[in-house]
Amino acid sequence: MPMASDEIETRLKRAFPDATIVVDDLAGDGDHYKVRISAAAFAGLTRVRQHKLVYEALGGAMGGELHALALETLTPP
Amino acid sequence: MTDTLDAEVRAFLDKTVSENPVVLFMKGVPDKPGCGFSATVVQILDHLGVDFGAVNVLQSDALRQGIKAYSDWPTIPQLYVKGEFIGGCDIVREMYQSGELKTLLADHGVLAA
Repeated sequence: MPMASDEIETRLKRAFPDATIVVDDLAGDGDHYKVRISAAAFAGLTRVRQHKLVYEALGGAMGGELHALALETLTPP
Repeated sequence: MTDTLDAEVRAFLDKTVSENPVVLFMKGVPDKPGCGFSATVVQILDHLGVDFGAVNVLQSDALRQGIKAYSDWPTIPQLYVKGEFIGGCDIVREMYQSGELKTLLADHGVLAA
């Protein structure tokens, strides 16, 4: 079962309240997303650590419920 | 579905990442990737002219779930350089575009001069 883009945004907002989050439904099918997230919590972390934080925030859906989610993490300027 | 990692799979993975300077855990094989994300990483490595080992995780479910647990990373592909987990498709692509990947490979002496 795919995950709605609202649900992705809600989960990320809960984990990163200060973040700027853009969720794109790439194919319009609710199954292929691109997420761009800028959060202070990422400062000083490697990309692997940053992505792991996002995957954790998504509650283990990545790799299962969420098959295709291109992820770009940034720190606010 | 839980990611499990038995001792045999862990031993295989330890051996694989220690014996291959650059190794890609992927779906399918480099000549015939079974997924667009795996294909992207293969293209990048080929483009950089890196010799890399490839492990097709689709050959066994234990391996497919095992590598996720081993790296604590939920998706395939996964790239290792000198025993260190570098990232999946997004990270590898970002590092390629920024030039970091080339630098990292050169620093590890695995890129032909």
